[in-house]
Amino acid sequence: MSDFTKTTLSNGLIVLLKEIHSAPLISSWMWYRVGSRDEAPPLTGISHLVEHMQFKGTPKYPASMMDKAISRDGGTWNAFTFLDWTTFFETMPADKIDLALRLEADRMRHSVFDEKEFASERTVVASEREGNENEPLFQLGEAVQQAAFRVHPYHHEVIGDMADIKSMRRDDLYRHYRTYYVPVNAVMGVAGDFQTKGMLSRIKELFGKIPAGMTPPRLARQEPEQLGELRLSIEGQGETVYLQAAYHFPAASHPDFFALSVLDSLLAGPTNLNMFGGGGISNKTSRLYRALVDKELAVSLSGGSTTTIDPFLYYVTLTIHPNRTPDEALAALDMELQRVQDEVVSKEEIARAIKQARANFAYGMENITNQAFWLGYSEMFANYDWFLTYLDRLAAVKPKDVQRVARTYLRKQNRVVGTYIPSGKDGM
Amino acid sequence: MPGRPKSLSVSASSLPGPEDIHRRVLPNGITVLCRANFNSPSVFINGYIHAGSLFEPDEKLGLADFTTSALMRGTEKHTFDSLYNELETVGASLGFDSGIHVTGFRGRALVEDLKLLLELLSEALRQPIFPGDEIEKLRHQLLTSLAIRAQDTSDMADLTFDEILYHDHPYARPEDGFSETIQAISREDLIEYHRKSFGPRGMVIVVVGAVAPRKAMDIIESVLGDWQNPNQLDLPSMPELKKLDETIRKHVTISGKSQADLIIGTNGPRRNDEDYLAASLGNSVLGQFGMMGRVGDSVREKSGLAYYAYSSLNAGIGPGSWTVNAGVSPANVKKAGDLIIKELKRFVKSGISKEELADSQANYIGRLPLSLESNGGVAAALINIERYSLGLDYYRRYPELVKSVTRAEVLEVARKYIDPERLAIATAGS
Repeated sequence: MSDFTKTTLSNGLIVLLKEIHSAPLISSWMWYRVGSRDEAPPLTGISHLVEHMQFKGTPKYPASMMDKAISRDGGTWNAFTFLDWTTFFETMPADKIDLALRLEADRMRHSVFDEKEFASERTVVASEREGNENEPLFQLGEAVQQAAFRVHPYHHEVIGDMADIKSMRRDDLYRHYRTYYVPVNAVMGVAGDFQTKGMLSRIKELFGKIPAGMTPPRLARQEPEQLGELRLSIEGQGETVYLQAAYHFPAASHPDFFALSVLDSLLAGPTNLNMFGGGGISNKTSRLYRALVDKELAVSLSGGSTTTIDPFLYYVTLTIHPNRTPDEALAALDMELQRVQDEVVSKEEIARAIKQARANFAYGMENITNQAFWLGYSEMFANYDWFLTYLDRLAAVKPKDVQRVARTYLRKQNRVVGTYIPSGKDGM
Repeated sequence: MPGRPKSLSVSASSLPGPEDIHRRVLPNGITVLCRANFNSPSVFINGYIHAGSLFEPDEKLGLADFTTSALMRGTEKHTFDSLYNELETVGASLGFDSGIHVTGFRGRALVEDLKLLLELLSEALRQPIFPGDEIEKLRHQLLTSLAIRAQDTSDMADLTFDEILYHDHPYARPEDGFSETIQAISREDLIEYHRKSFGPRGMVIVVVGAVAPRKAMDIIESVLGDWQNPNQLDLPSMPELKKLDETIRKHVTISGKSQADLIIGTNGPRRNDEDYLAASLGNSVLGQFGMMGRVGDSVREKSGLAYYAYSSLNAGIGPGSWTVNAGVSPANVKKAGDLIIKELKRFVKSGISKEELADSQANYIGRLPLSLESNGGVAAALINIERYSLGLDYYRRYPELVKSVTRAEVLEVARKYIDPERLAIATAGS
């Protein structure tokens, strides 16, 4: 698993390569350190819009030609924008990877950002947001996130506010693109059926001459400590009540992250960190399922966090049982959290969490795309060592550590509780 | 890992074929298929039995789904909690999914836990006891899902589309039922449905992962080889599907939604029909290739009307459907619908170009290794081989089959199924 090569080109581009010869495939990922964390009004959602415009062509590879070229070769490609990063990937038959490398090198510098293409893509993204707005849990999540971050740019959803999506100008996007899409701000991860030496020299040839660029400025708006529990409720259509409790949670590089991962497994079942493959482990014997769903206060439950540069949130989301109130469910949630703060968990429970993580990792190792994903993803909030040592660091977690992090982070004062109440139904 | 010569084309040996797919039929009628993959210490299982919603009376729609959801709620050996405890403690998963003709299952585990996974599968299939209190809990969960479905524009458009296209045919009925029908189902109904429809005859099970095929087969035989059910019924036959005489439109109003879902479509071939592959390649050009084919190009790329707009061919055992789906702002439903119908008209009038066909053929052949890279991908391929009698060498022959499809065949199948004057059009939203 540790057989990989990490190099920094002279222009600052970090390159990680991992040979995997199990199938004739290569997956290549280009990561830029830019996401909604780098945005302020009236330009929320700009990173996501720039990601969309990266599919709209360069002089060498016009828009429709790029899609068709990748499809014709039997490849797949896509892109994702998140809080801290934007990433573009291609997984191709091994002998066709050069096309992907050429496209990626070209659009790092030469995307056109045509006015007409932008006008059309703006409405596509508005439509994407409208689709999200159809979902009660998107509406609730957005309200909770905004309440949890008054100062830090994690305040807004990655897709941005509709007002900003509708008012941004092409030149705003182009400036954002030129500021952040530079080698010094990028990490490339490639895994699959290649020889490292040949792959590295091809990458140097294609990317090595791109000017390094300047290290982009960062917004430095640290979130002050929350001074007490915040509660909110929103209203909407339907019959179903939802509750979300979000606790401020440390960065992925923080030592407490690992004890919290164990705690998450115990409370709500393991969170799957793989982008492709993995997951699927149910949570029906987790502590919160037993206390809330088995006891018929909720009909479903999920919990989890994500890996971020700055402290983000740990979420518990409940679909409330039709015959119960959100207050009753919240009281039961609090009793379970109190229990994990009062009583030290058993070593067996920790061993179980570690086995679940080991299984999720094994499932993720089945496919090359996911292995390539980890090379660069881990560099976005820590480094590849974080991934390689993850299971060992989980194994080092002690029962006392779990109790300590439960007391430190899963406090009422440290959380936002939001409810989604169908219009006309009684609230909390 | 030692180096290997760089592959220059899709090497045949990486695709599943007769010498690495192991198949055995047990005396009780269960077909087992296995393929080894030692690249990760995990295993994936999937399969199906011949039980499905075709058995349900109209007043108890959702019975098959309800029963299937209840299989792991308690068995002769385990309570709900103790059964899931066994699975979750080792990071394994197991789930069931009820369809019209078959009830499917899938699971995964670290290879050291394969035997446990198969034993729990066998228990859930053969020895569920449907405890009364668990059934009532589950009923509330199903009713909540139906309340959420009623608010989901995509689900409601799907449901409405099936009602139009499959009028008077069992395919018109939603497999998760309605709240009245879920309320009408008793514990005795679940027991009776299970007793009559669950059995080994026609069952298929696939194992792919870090285990020698012979060993996997032996475990399956030891766990499921003694299953017998003399009461197992055959599925009832289906009536003929009547085609639409004219275009029928239906709208479901769901207030407060900022986006509407639109489905325009018609009948499609069965998976086993000879013109299936031609229809599939035609569909790729229509609404898949690149950024969602011609439909995506027109509705999304050129007009900016939708985040998603694509076509799909849904082919199985019975009469299939051929649909175009789009999520659009309520104000743009008509505009998007007109653009889609325009593309359908062009598709049946002039077919596809030589270049378009060649592009999609190259895509189908080139993406094969990608679709087969995970254990789950290979397992799905083996299920296809068995369910549709494609032959163990199907994925080796596949490139030639794809290449042999002609433009004329695509045009013929498009005209056979798609009549732009006789479409089912369903919308859901504000």
